[in-house]
Amino acid sequence: MARADTTGDAPMNATSPPSGAPIVEFVGVTKRFPGVIANDGVDLAIRPSEIHVLLGENGAGKSTLIGMLSGLQQPDEGVIRVDGRTQRIGSPRRALNLGIGTVFQHVMLVPSLSVIDNVALGGPWWRRPDRAALARRLRDTNASIGVSIDPDAVTGSLSLGEQQQAEIVRALMRGSRVLVLDEATAMLTPKGVEELGALMRRLAQRGLAIVFITHKLKEAFAFGDRISILRLGRKVGEIGPERLAAMDEDALTAEVVHMMFGSNAPMVAAAEHAAAGPSRAPGRRLLEVRALAVDDPAVKVVDIDLDVAEGEILGVAGIDGNGQKQLAEALAGQRTPADGSILLDGVPLQRLGVGARRRLGLRYVTDDRLAEGTVGGFSVAVNLLLKQIGEAPYWLRGVERREAIAAHARSLVARFDVRTPSVETPIARLSGGNIQKAILARELSGPAKAVIFAKPTYGLDVQNILATRRRIKEAARAGIATILISTDLEELLELSDRIAVMSRGRLVGTLANDGDARRRVGALMTGLSS
Amino acid sequence: MGSLLTDAFLTSLVLGALTAGVPLLLAGLGEQISEKAGVLNIGIEGMMLAGAYLGFLAAFKTGSIWLGFAGGALGGSLVASLMVLMCVMLGLSQIVIGIALTLGAEGLTAILHHFQFSTTYPRLPGVETLAIPLLSGIPVVGSALFDRPPMVYLAVALVFVLGFLYRYTNLGLDLQAAGDKPAALDAAGVSVIRTRSFAVLATGALAGVGGAFLADVGAGIFIPFMTNGAGFIGIVLAMLARGRPVWVLYGALLFGACLSMTTALQVAGVNVPTDVIQMLPFVAVMAVLVAFGRRASLPPALGVAYVRGAR
Amino acid sequence: MTVDTLETPVEAQPGPPGRTGLLRTVAMTLGPVLAALAVSGAILLAFGVDPLEYYQAVLRRGLYSPSGIQETFTRMAPLLLLAASLIVAFRAGIWNLGGDGQFLLAAVIVAAAAPTLVAVMPAWAALTLCLLLGALVGAAWSLLPALLRAYQGVNEIITTLMMTFLGVSLANVLVKLVFLDPATTVPQTRTLPVADRLPKLFGTRISGGVVIGLVAVIAVHLVMTRTAFGLKLRVVGANTRAAIHAGLPVPRLMMAVFALSAALAGLAGAVEILGVEGNVRADWNPAFGLTVVPLVFLARFNGFAAIAFVFLFSVLSIGGESAARLLDVPNFFTLVVASVLLMLLAVAEYVGHRHRERTRA
Repeated sequence: MARADTTGDAPMNATSPPSGAPIVEFVGVTKRFPGVIANDGVDLAIRPSEIHVLLGENGAGKSTLIGMLSGLQQPDEGVIRVDGRTQRIGSPRRALNLGIGTVFQHVMLVPSLSVIDNVALGGPWWRRPDRAALARRLRDTNASIGVSIDPDAVTGSLSLGEQQQAEIVRALMRGSRVLVLDEATAMLTPKGVEELGALMRRLAQRGLAIVFITHKLKEAFAFGDRISILRLGRKVGEIGPERLAAMDEDALTAEVVHMMFGSNAPMVAAAEHAAAGPSRAPGRRLLEVRALAVDDPAVKVVDIDLDVAEGEILGVAGIDGNGQKQLAEALAGQRTPADGSILLDGVPLQRLGVGARRRLGLRYVTDDRLAEGTVGGFSVAVNLLLKQIGEAPYWLRGVERREAIAAHARSLVARFDVRTPSVETPIARLSGGNIQKAILARELSGPAKAVIFAKPTYGLDVQNILATRRRIKEAARAGIATILISTDLEELLELSDRIAVMSRGRLVGTLANDGDARRRVGALMTGLSS
Repeated sequence: MGSLLTDAFLTSLVLGALTAGVPLLLAGLGEQISEKAGVLNIGIEGMMLAGAYLGFLAAFKTGSIWLGFAGGALGGSLVASLMVLMCVMLGLSQIVIGIALTLGAEGLTAILHHFQFSTTYPRLPGVETLAIPLLSGIPVVGSALFDRPPMVYLAVALVFVLGFLYRYTNLGLDLQAAGDKPAALDAAGVSVIRTRSFAVLATGALAGVGGAFLADVGAGIFIPFMTNGAGFIGIVLAMLARGRPVWVLYGALLFGACLSMTTALQVAGVNVPTDVIQMLPFVAVMAVLVAFGRRASLPPALGVAYVRGAR
Repeated sequence: MTVDTLETPVEAQPGPPGRTGLLRTVAMTLGPVLAALAVSGAILLAFGVDPLEYYQAVLRRGLYSPSGIQETFTRMAPLLLLAASLIVAFRAGIWNLGGDGQFLLAAVIVAAAAPTLVAVMPAWAALTLCLLLGALVGAAWSLLPALLRAYQGVNEIITTLMMTFLGVSLANVLVKLVFLDPATTVPQTRTLPVADRLPKLFGTRISGGVVIGLVAVIAVHLVMTRTAFGLKLRVVGANTRAAIHAGLPVPRLMMAVFALSAALAGLAGAVEILGVEGNVRADWNPAFGLTVVPLVFLARFNGFAAIAFVFLFSVLSIGGESAARLLDVPNFFTLVVASVLLMLLAVAEYVGHRHRERTRA
């Protein structure tokens, strides 16, 4: 089995079939995992010079299909055909040899190696990587598709958008005929998304088959030549190029939504088009942040001025890694700010720890459910009191009172609709949506005055996304001053009263959520990013 | 203190540093390979001991020092293969298995020694040295540095060979990827398991040779538990060397000098009790850890077993 | 260097409740023990020793003989305290592998202080003081690794191991140079007269230290499972980031863990001197520390289970000493058994985990 050779010139379409005939076909592919059928009898055809969109909500089975295409998994039933012949794609190496290149949602580049070394990765172990030749080929590929990636840059120092481009260039240099992009736009600015779309179009024109996975309808319509819709592991519909060109967007939306959700279609589409919620008369100022600065090796946060009124939702937009997490942690008390002040209802918080701030009414819903927000091996009941260990009446003189802890948990579980076999179940056994509900239950119960949400709907399925957004709205209506940090622009536009944009550790603008907000936020996000 | 730095003292110190340093160097270089690839190899002390025992046995039975080193490599690799099976392939806890392997090697080699040599305590004859012309003529340190058993030169040469390997071969890239982001290596089509297996076996072989050197050249005899922390010092060296083999060399020489200070001081006529001097290397290690521990940079995937497709 | 990337000793996931759960726990516990005895027996066979004969000799001395069983119980004292030391540390995610150094230094200091103290105050006061002293010395010896871990993130496996080697050397220096008993030919500290040692139990020859050990293990178990303080330590051990998120003072808690764990190890050393040895000879190092590691894992960090496993291991330890003389199998054999047990236990956990995953499908 030959190793993927990047040292020679890999011809683009050496063995691709005549145009129109698919390069890759899934025929009746089924894949099962313990407790769930991830893919159920899926038929799919991937053709050259075509952008084929795989559309479906979280959990529909898109990533599993891609996993099988890239050699990470094997189908339990059905076959995958490449160039008309049945193939067993048993490993990533096999996939590469067949000309299938994948750009995963989480970048698969080694951060400490340079771009050129990442390209060389996979060569025979005894050989010396010919860095000069590879760099030359890289620059040529750069030019031919219109990007500019520095071969000697250390990958970890590139922005996520640049890393993605590097991955695409690498896939091309490896002679990929099929390029798979898995949720590639999650980390990009609106402008970055446009650029990616244009790049995909250029690649398709060169004869590549592009598979673009997304859960966002807008992107599917904007970029796709063909859309296959997945729901709960099955392919429930396909819209070919002719129909895509013929139908108008509203009709398309209606049909796709119906296919994705059947008759219980939640008003997702309506929500996506909705303008900002009804404007509320601002209450009194509850949370005041002045000149807040946080030191951090990755991003230094400086000069943050924020005001959040009672019942107001302040959205914080910006791509990941621009200081949002550092800001949230400083507000919550997990980090000591380098400078500045935080006032909650007039009480200064800077010197107080997490527990004291919590008692005063400040809450923080972290974006990292499993690694930070909960202790997976502990019961739901204990997790619901994780920030109150030792407090009466759950602990008396340091000794725990099991029944009090359990009763408290049962009441919260009922109120917040957390589906769990029992309150003693280890919380890691719950689904992502229920873990999030438990965290919300913990943070929104008791005397909460101000809550910071960090990416609260990330990775959830649609039902839970809607439920979470409903909770946020309810909490705000009840008078809670809310900071909503999110990378989902639609979510911010739906929920926020005002939107602030963070870039490189600074607040680059705060604006009211009116009809023009989408354009202005996009501009602010893009303006200062490379 | 001027009277301390006599020629005799310096010669003895340099000689001792080199002799005591080679096992540390080999252990450190070996551990560095494992750690680069993302495996924290606590079992290295056990690998050294196994190498020391088999190395001594081989040299004793055959009379050849080179077969002794081969035996050492074999002993270390045997222990390492257990680590490959349990940690790299099955994904069991590297720390738990490392402790187990060290305990087991300590016990087994001690029992073997009891059954084979405890009544006779045989010694190996001194090892032949290879004098490098010209250089070995330098006054004071010449013979100490350049008239040593050939393995010493090989060990030092290994530093540069490994440096070249890491920087200029695909194997070096594979190792770094395995420790930094194994999923990326897998996606590039290279087996993470195979890369890490190679790394751990290489560690075992090197540590084994280091142990054999300790027994055959350094002491001329095998005593149970004789490594006395040399493997763990190797871990410290690898931790602080930040991926550069040459720093392992400097550290090994430093700690080797501490280990051999007793003899050197005795030669200089200074009468400090042996037991006090024996504390010196560990005091030095702790001092270095206090000063530089924070700066130890370890690969992000260190200690975590790789499972394809794990979320 | 972030310690988040290295594994912390993790409490086992709770299994299914009810009868199947109990059966599974028994299988997962007895299985590795029996397998370890079998594998170790095979190793004995390779050395030309009949394993059945060996194990019978072990049991005859360690369990069936009246004087032997009393020695077994006495041997449990330091082992129980070391087990308590490890349970505190492991449940909090701290690899305190410095138990041997903490043990030995405490033993030496106590051995040096005891004869002097006994001369100036009633025995019970001197003994209590010495026990406290032992705990303090142990805790003090963990201070440096504790600071390095809590505030600099330096991995404690290496630092505690180094402190052990340093401690063993220092102990030797103290015995041979500082606390040397001039009256004897063998280098050792002054001997504490038998009359002044820890009282034996109810007219048996079992050292009172066993009671201290039992109390310690049970107390540790209750604190770790029933109190807020114990829960905080367990959160730190299970998920340090969650601990920070929950507002727990992680560095301070880590320091507390080191101090407690090392104090218990030091107490083990004190108990061994005050109850059994009476003095410290040069180059004496029973090195119990690491052999207790598999026992604590086997017990899944449960104090009561640990008592049972420590008992079984003590039988092996005492019985092994006698079998060493009879069958010429050196006592290092216990190291081998401990090692095999640890490995087989890890494998059993893995097999059990895979089985659970498959049956969940």
